Formats: sequence, C-alpha cells, structure tokens
Amino acid sequence: MKKLTSHRLLWPAVVLIALLLANLLWNHSFFDITLRDGNLYGAPVDILRRAAPIVLVALGMTLVIATRGIDLSVGAVAAISGSWASMYIISSADGASVSVVLTAVGVALLMALIAGAWNGFLVSVLGIQPIVATLVLMVAGRGLAQVITDEKILYPDNSPAYKLIGGGYLLAVPFSILLAGGIFALTAVLTRKTALGTLIESVGVNPEASRLAGVRARPIIFLAYVFSGLCAGIAGLMLTSNSTSADPNSIGLFIELDAILAVVIGGTSLAGGRFSLAGTLIGAFIIETMDAFVVIAISARSTDVFKACVVIIVCLLQSSRVRAWLLNVLRWGRTPTRTHHEPPPPTASKDLQIPSPIATDPATDTTNGSETTNGSDTKTVKATS
Amino acid sequence: MSTSLAPVTGAPRSRQRFGRFEQYTQIGVTALLLVIMLIVGRLLYPNFTSGQAIFDLLGKNVFLIPLAIGMTFVILSGGIDLSVGAVMALGSVIAASLLQAGWSAVLVIPIVLLAASTLGLVVGIMISRFEIQPFIATLAAMFLARGLCLVITDRSIAIDNSFFQSMNLAHINLWEQETVNLRGKVRITDVYTTPSVLIAMALLLVAFIVLHYSRFGRTVYAVGGNEPSSRLMGLRVDRTKVSVYVISAFCAGIAGLLFAFYTASGDPVAGIGYELNAIAAVVIGGTLLSGGSGYVLGSMLGVLVLATIYAYKEFDGDLNTGWTRVMIGVLVLFFIVLQRFIVTRRRR
Repeated sequence: MKKLTSHRLLWPAVVLIALLLANLLWNHSFFDITLRDGNLYGAPVDILRRAAPIVLVALGMTLVIATRGIDLSVGAVAAISGSWASMYIISSADGASVSVVLTAVGVALLMALIAGAWNGFLVSVLGIQPIVATLVLMVAGRGLAQVITDEKILYPDNSPAYKLIGGGYLLAVPFSILLAGGIFALTAVLTRKTALGTLIESVGVNPEASRLAGVRARPIIFLAYVFSGLCAGIAGLMLTSNSTSADPNSIGLFIELDAILAVVIGGTSLAGGRFSLAGTLIGAFIIETMDAFVVIAISARSTDVFKACVVIIVCLLQSSRVRAWLLNVLRWGRTPTRTHHEPPPPTASKDLQIPSPIATDPATDTTNGSETTNGSDTKTVKATS
Repeated sequence: MSTSLAPVTGAPRSRQRFGRFEQYTQIGVTALLLVIMLIVGRLLYPNFTSGQAIFDLLGKNVFLIPLAIGMTFVILSGGIDLSVGAVMALGSVIAASLLQAGWSAVLVIPIVLLAASTLGLVVGIMISRFEIQPFIATLAAMFLARGLCLVITDRSIAIDNSFFQSMNLAHINLWEQETVNLRGKVRITDVYTTPSVLIAMALLLVAFIVLHYSRFGRTVYAVGGNEPSSRLMGLRVDRTKVSVYVISAFCAGIAGLLFAFYTASGDPVAGIGYELNAIAAVVIGGTLLSGGSGYVLGSMLGVLVLATIYAYKEFDGDLNTGWTRVMIGVLVLFFIVLQRFIVTRRRR
C-alpha cells in the first residue's frame, strides 16, 4: 500500500523537483529566503503564495472530479464572492473595522455556498451533465459579479483587515498560505480518516454498483459541488484582497483551467474515481513553478503555450493507447509499425492487445518502473482474459 | 435528393405521429422566444424591429455564426469544443500580422484557414486516436491558441490592407426605407447588409446541406446518437470525429477572418468567452448536448436570440452588461431543463 502511494506521486514529484532545479540554474538565488520586517520573503514563498488560490480551487475540483463531475463555474464564483466582499467593504463607512470585514467575508462565502449548492442541485437532483450544468453559472456568474459591482473596477484598499486574507502575514508566514494549508489539511483528514473519501471514490468509480451497495450518491455529489463552491469563494476573497482591486471580468479568469490542470497533473483521472489530494497540491505547485521558470527563462507571454503543452503531454501519458505504444517501444527498443497503422479496433480487442508482450515476461514490473500504473492495469486485464 | 436521405433525427415510424411534433418542439420554442423578444423590444424601443435593426442583429454578431455552425457539428457528434474563441482570435492575429508584414490577402486568407484547420486536426487526432476527453483536449487547444496569439503579439494590430478595408466598409444596399428620428424628421435611408453576412449565410447553407443531405452528415448524427453502435455498423467513427473538430476549427478560422473584416484589426484577447456564446447558441437552438439530435438552422436561431439580447443592451445604454450574461445563462438553463424533459419523454 505504501509503495503504491509513493508510485502514484512519483512522477509529479520528479517533475516538480526538476522544475525547481531548472529555476535554480537560471536564478542562483532562487532558494534564498530572507526575513525582512519579521516576515518571510523569497521566490519559493512567492510561488507558495501565488499557488494558494489555485490549491484551494483545485481541492474542491479534485472532489468534484472524483465523483465523475467537473466544475467550470469556479472562476465565476470567485468573481462573485470577491467582488461582493470588496463592494461591501468600500461602501461601508469604516472599512478597517474587523466586524465589517467579517460580515463581508461571511456573506461572500454564503453566496459561494449557494452557488455551489445550485450546481449540486442541477447535477445531483436534476441529473444534468456536470459540464453543462456548471457552464450555466460560468456564463451567468460573471454577469452577476458585474451587476454587483455595477461594471466598475473596485479598489478595496481602505481595509488592512481584508488585505490580510490574500496579502497579509501571520507569524512571519503569508496568511494565504496558512489558510490554504489549513483547509487542505482539514479536507485530507475528513476524506482520508473518515469513510467520506472512500464513498466519493466509489460513486466515481461505479455509480450503479455503489448504489446497489447502499451508498447514497446524491448527497455525496451535492456536497462535492458545495465544497467546490466554498473553496472558489475563499479563493475569490484571496485574489481580490491580494491585488486590492476587484474587476469582475478578470477575478479568477481561467482559474478553472489551472485547477483542472493541477488535478490532472496530480494523477487524478478525469474519468472519476480515485483521487489524490497530495497530487493536486503538487500539481498546483508545478503550475506556479513552471510559470516562474517560463517568466525568467523565456518570456511572460509564452506561459500559456507551455501550459498547453504540459496538458497535452500529461493527458497523452494518461491515455492507455499511448502507454501501450510506449511500452512496446521500451520493450523492443524500436517502434513497432503495427501499432501505428492498425485500424482502430473496437475496445475489446484493444484491451486484449496490451497484455500480450507483458504476459510473456514476468519481469515487467521491475524493468518498467517508469510506467507508474501499468503494472496494476495489466494485472486486471490478465485476470479478466 | 432521394427520399432515403430525408432529414435526420426522425423518430421511428411507429412513433411518427408524436415524433413529428416532438422533434420540432425545441426549435419551435426557440422561434417563439425570438418573436416574443423582438415584440418586447419593439414595445420598449420603437426602432427595435426596423429593417436595418434586424439586419444589424446579424451584421454585428456575424463572427458568432461560423462559431455556432462549427460547434453544432461537434456537439451533434457528442463532443464539445472549448477552443473556438481562442482559435478565432488566433485567426485574426495571424491575418493581421502577416498583412502587416506585407503579404497579400490572397495568400493570407488560405494560410489562416489552413492554420486553424491544422489545429483542429491535432485536436481531433488527440480525441479520436488517443481517447482523450474532448473537453480537456480542446481546453489544451484553447490554451495553445491563446498562448500563440500572445507570442505573436501582445497588443491589437491594425489592418490597413485594401481588401480587408474594403470588406470592412462594404455595404450591400437592399432597399430604401423611411425612418423617423428622435426629432420627428423623416429620412430615407438604405437598408444594407455586409459581405460578411453573406459569407456566413453561405457557410450556413453548406453546413445545412452537408448535415442533412450527405453521408458524412448522417454519420455525424449516428456517432453522436450511439458511438458503439455506429462502430459496429461499420461507420468510420474515428474519421468522422476527427473531421468534426477540423470543421469546427475551420469555421473558427472563418470567424477570425470575419472578425478581422469587422474590426479591421487582429486582437490577441478577442473572443474570450465566445466558446460559451457558441455553445449557448447551439443549446438554445435545440441541439441535444449529449449529441445525435439537432439542427444547424436552430443554431442560427440561437445566434439571433443572443444577438437580440445584445441589441437590448445597445438600445438601452443604462443596462448593465452583466444582465446580458445573466439572461444568456438563464436561457441556457431553461433549454437544458427543457431538453431533460424531452429526452425523458422520448425514452418512455
């Protein structure tokens, strides 16, 4: 079991370390962390802080994806909560007072909860496809944020208490890192130390079988979307308070893509089922480290192209056909042309094709340690065939 | 065309009596909605349905039409394409940058269409051959296209090519009309449309014929309706799936050119969120998001509905832009729920 978990996170971790080393090559003082005015500064701290909202959104996204869903509305929900809190703080007479900030944060998070519940209702009660159901809020939510702010760009800079959420420090560490870390720990405990995580996975792996086993999928799926909405709401507060501005058009724009990317890099399959919170965390760090590297080494303008390439490579590595092909290359040291030109077979024959080279060689697991989950894949295929 | 190639999506003959009514329910609702919206607009703003205003519905949203057409193909086949807005921007940016470098329009236009189609081909191969989910593959394509835009230029490039300028300014006069302005003066003006609208309409006609009267069109419906069955029937599922993404990207390339005509510029941040508008137009037009059922003409109605919402905003300057988005969201939701009911009724 322990070996399995280390296997699943091996490649994301290797990529993260490689990226950090690449950063170090380009910028020799990359790992320098200094203590200034009693607060920590340095490139790694910056990466952690910038990753905090993505980590939060990706946490919610991980659980939603584990239930075979997807939540495209997180960016819009972040925009709603961020712009509402900013609007409230600006329009109140005493923006610096803690009670005003608490009210703003409370109501903003309530809105995010309602938004998440709305998504959950559409998916779990009405049974609408997740991608479509959350698309509605993705379109309408940003519109609502614009209505809230009356199409203005807001500058909630009259409130140090609000700035704490995204830009402040607590005990020398940026508060946003502590907040994201705390919520991450809480989620990890709730899903891994209780049956919740297993229930979520069972719903994602096979909804029908888990229903027959007495798992009530509806409340679980509903809760996943509520949690995702809440996380997005907190991320929205972080983003607005850190930049001290709230433009409903740009708060959390494309954060859903970053979050999905983090989840996928972390090894959670988009097809639902088994999820890895630690993988998601590493995934979010990889995204931010890569951004930092591309900005230093190439140019800030090409970060999107790099992200696209990473998504494509990661997805190709997750594809069973590419794995089978790679496996063949590794085994025979050359490209068997057969796999290239074979007519696309129906799924049944494709599944049977994978084990044939492995079945002849029992030592596959040791020679091909690089293929992280292939060992388990082929075992199941062998068992069925 | 022979009778064997009659329009698709029909219910089996035994249910023809009901099916005939049911298969047009959604498109009928959309048409009714459009008429109601236009009437409401007319009651609110006197000139809302004057001839020119109706043509402006198309003229001002002309680049949405190809996007919706391409998206119809993809959604009918059971997929989704989130990259169209970014590919459109990429098309306009490639056109603008090549024209700036002094290339002729005769070369630039095919290059734009070829570049867009190539991207679509890559996406299609990723989806059909490597079995990557359409939404994540097209998401990657969206990043890639938007990123390439920013690599080419980080600001809008103006186009001063004579052909693009003439397309920008050209008006095709249709008839003369008497209009009454705010001060009560009667003037005679020409009602006009633009060449871009004609291009979009031609594309619509081609798409209609391909979808409803060709073997490829029927295969698209079949793949979207039930992929394993169509595979077992011996249809070329993989080739069809690749083709729909190429078509979608090609249409997005055309949209990019129309955008370049319309704004006389190439803008790397153009069309953010247009993929959602295209999907909304297709859904409002009555195409099932699970694939296999719908009409490209419905998508055209969907574009008109969206255009009418934008026209409200234009006629009433005080209206918050946010409300147009909320309205689109509400409409999409309404049609999705309507789809649910229709699908569950069909299954009975």
